[in-house]
Amino acid sequence: MSKYEAVIGLEVHVQVKTGSKMFCSCPNSYGEGPNTMVCPVCMGYPGVMPVANKEAIRRTIIAGLMCSCEIPKYSKFDRKSYFYPDMPKNYQISQYDLPFCLKGKIHISGKGFSGNELPNKDIGITRIHLEEDVAKSTHFPGASGIDFNRAGVPLMEIVSEPEMKSADEAYAYLTSLKQIMQYAGISDCDMEKGQMRCDVNISIMPCGADTFGTKVELKNLNSFRAVHRSIEYEISRQEDAVENGIKICQETRGWNDDQGETYLMRSKENAHDYRYFPEPDLMPIEFTNEDIEKFGKEIPELPEAKRERFVAKFGLTPYDAHVLTLEKSYADYFEEGIKHTNTPKLLANWIISELLRELAASNTSINECGISPKNLGAMIELINNDTISGKIAKTVFSEMFTSGKAPEEIVEEKGLVQVTDESAIESFVEQAIRENQTQVEQYKSGNNPKVLQFFVGQVMKLSKGKANPQTVVKLLQKNLGSI
Amino acid sequence: MITPDALKKLDLASASELLEKREISSVGLCEAYLARTNEVDGNVKAFLNIDRENILSQAAESDKRRLEGKELSPYDGIPIAIKDCISVSGQPCTCASKILENFKSPYDSTVVKRLKEKGLVIFGRTNMDEFAMGSSCENSAYMKTANPWDLSRVPGGSSGGSAASVAASEVPVSLGSDTGGSIRQPAAFCGVTGLKPTYGRVSRYGLVAFASSLDQIGPIGHSVLDTAAILDIIGGHDPLDSTSLPEESGTFADAVRKSSGGNLKGVKIGIPKEYFNIDAIEPGVKAVMEESVNILQALGAETIEISLPHTEYAIAVYYIIATAEASANLARFDGIRYGVRPSDASDLNSLYFKMRGHGFGKEVKRRIILGTYVLSSGYYDAYYLRGQKVRTLIRNDFMNAFQKCDIIFAPATPSAAFKFGEKSDPLQMYLADIFTIAVNLAGTCAISLPAGIDKATSMPVGMQFIAPPLGEHKMLSVSKIFEENRGIKAFIPSL
Repeated sequence: MSKYEAVIGLEVHVQVKTGSKMFCSCPNSYGEGPNTMVCPVCMGYPGVMPVANKEAIRRTIIAGLMCSCEIPKYSKFDRKSYFYPDMPKNYQISQYDLPFCLKGKIHISGKGFSGNELPNKDIGITRIHLEEDVAKSTHFPGASGIDFNRAGVPLMEIVSEPEMKSADEAYAYLTSLKQIMQYAGISDCDMEKGQMRCDVNISIMPCGADTFGTKVELKNLNSFRAVHRSIEYEISRQEDAVENGIKICQETRGWNDDQGETYLMRSKENAHDYRYFPEPDLMPIEFTNEDIEKFGKEIPELPEAKRERFVAKFGLTPYDAHVLTLEKSYADYFEEGIKHTNTPKLLANWIISELLRELAASNTSINECGISPKNLGAMIELINNDTISGKIAKTVFSEMFTSGKAPEEIVEEKGLVQVTDESAIESFVEQAIRENQTQVEQYKSGNNPKVLQFFVGQVMKLSKGKANPQTVVKLLQKNLGSI
Repeated sequence: MITPDALKKLDLASASELLEKREISSVGLCEAYLARTNEVDGNVKAFLNIDRENILSQAAESDKRRLEGKELSPYDGIPIAIKDCISVSGQPCTCASKILENFKSPYDSTVVKRLKEKGLVIFGRTNMDEFAMGSSCENSAYMKTANPWDLSRVPGGSSGGSAASVAASEVPVSLGSDTGGSIRQPAAFCGVTGLKPTYGRVSRYGLVAFASSLDQIGPIGHSVLDTAAILDIIGGHDPLDSTSLPEESGTFADAVRKSSGGNLKGVKIGIPKEYFNIDAIEPGVKAVMEESVNILQALGAETIEISLPHTEYAIAVYYIIATAEASANLARFDGIRYGVRPSDASDLNSLYFKMRGHGFGKEVKRRIILGTYVLSSGYYDAYYLRGQKVRTLIRNDFMNAFQKCDIIFAPATPSAAFKFGEKSDPLQMYLADIFTIAVNLAGTCAISLPAGIDKATSMPVGMQFIAPPLGEHKMLSVSKIFEENRGIKAFIPSL
């Protein structure tokens, strides 16, 4: 047990999914040719003026409400000044003292990333504000390139309270936050595309102390795993420093993912004075109680509520519900599928054990999956009404996955309909008994269940897997018993 | 063909009449103005850029429209000069600064778009104080515009080129911008009429920002009617400017025409006592103001003394708020995306230092530094925040005054146009805007009209009417009646 405890707060930037940019009508899209999604406004040309994107504001408010935030009735935009080539105006339109959302929280619980149980607790959210993203710089030997396609994309900054104590808690907070954003369609939170970015504020103090140590800010964290690793590294670096009598300095450190180390980027002496002041080109934003109520009605069901509903209404295990709500797309798939089958539990099993495995193996998303939820539901009904056996279903499933065909079509084409006719099965049973006299003797001598299993296998083989297993067992017991 | 003498008497309304009666073509009109410009602009230096071919092709288009009976407005084919801080697609927009040398704007400002939609011919870019910072045009990085009434004197600023071009009859009308008096003060110095609309009345989209919460585009012309007609065209809500007001435009010229021949019975005109207790006000100006008050009274107006108690803080507050906003507005000029990048910059900081160090003039740098300072952490509360509070007090002064009167009467400037180099101390220069600055802080509208001649200098003297926010109709009507009854009917320099 360490003598120190860590104090961790996160600043998470999330790009808001909108049709156009925050202050102009350029498309908000990723992956286009450099500097093709630009106009005089997002390039900061002389004389241009910003017009705030109402949809981005709406989504920010909904994000805030989903994190249990208060929505102040009066908000405004401010200018944040600093010089850098990725910022077209050399000031960023952001929000300083009157952000859209205040005082929220996110709940974490369950198993942490490193396998330990997490404390069941809320992490406070200080504020969520809306701003414009900056351009993307790329550095080449002897030159730098700037792509302004990203400049002006709506960007939420979600600031947590310093209430996390471990890398696991930070990881769980981020996972929850991402889930919420995806659930409400606020952002896809694809870190590889820069849609979600995270900075960490971290300090340590002796266990039980009530004053925080000097905080260090960590930047350049490109994945949740990098956040986790950098926090673990930084906690031990700070502990070593303090143990050796070295003072922790307030500074900004980067994360080198290959080396697995943090490194000094800039010290506090070089900190910016952002000279915030109210943006004179935009009017303050006022909401009425009715506006806020209206936003409230647009909040989708949160993962936690969805899990509870899946367990209560469909009889799923908490584990099933957990897996199916990891991504909203999984839950949507499940809910679409149960319109076509009467056994939700069986559908959940097939999604969790077969579908997600196949998707992962073929690196496809559930939305691009060849098997529609309707077809998977229909396949499960084929099992339920004894048209196919569970074993045949696996064949049908993989055919569906590659061809996208309906299960009925595959069963028909390949002649996979289960044989339930007793007289047909009985002839296979008789053949199996006839050809395996040694095993018949063994069965008679000890009624060994393994021997019965052997005969079931033989009959299934003879029927090319199409015989109904229950009927096979029944007839084998009858025929073997009567010998 | 129009004679040079007739051209000097021409204004927007009369040019429109000639075009409507087919007594002149747009090409003929523009050629006459180009010839006039050719003749006098070597001395006046009102224009930074004139694209003769482009002007004549716009004029030819207009003539074609008229021939087909498809003219876009009564003003189709009439040239208008544009201050060099207002974007016209494909044209230079230097703001009279080296930092934007060779820069061409890729888009039309909303005002220019609206002028084009009514068929007006965009005629040249007028000189100004660099980034609209100054009161004499001496801060232009390119040249010093002279006052057409006396070439040894300044035309005022920052819209000095716009005022001088109209006064010298190089164009019938022009657009300027007014942040602290930049339309009204040069209009007064040059003997023309300058209108500063209510903040939000005219879209700022495409106006290179100096101080966003104070800037407003407005017209300069020979008459009240002309400025009203241009406001009709450029005013009205613009979705591209979030600070633009919803009020429609289009009935100002009608209001002016209707008031013609009328009197001022029942109009209460407030005279702020603080404005006449200022030491800087010169006797020649005072005399013209007294004469003007007599005219107003003779027209039946009731004049009452009012108080604007926070007048003495206006200049200080202005130089906090305007410079703060300017420090951010001018940050974009970094040589990264446009402008001529210095070739010898070795790294990012040296690029910034070289680009901005060489590109900006002295006054611009002074204001950027001042604005950066008042926003800095530790000083924000004492300067910017306090400045905003005092701004509210100044606005309240006006609102309280308008409880007692309909219109406020004031001088436009404390003196007539001064000589080049006369105000070398920046603080002295700042005082030239003492009667105009508070109007921008209050966000209301005002107009500056030529009222008489200063005996000592033989230069024109301007007076102002100030009205409540969105009070342009009344203000323009009162102005029209004053204009018809002032001692000198037409102010035309002998140039």
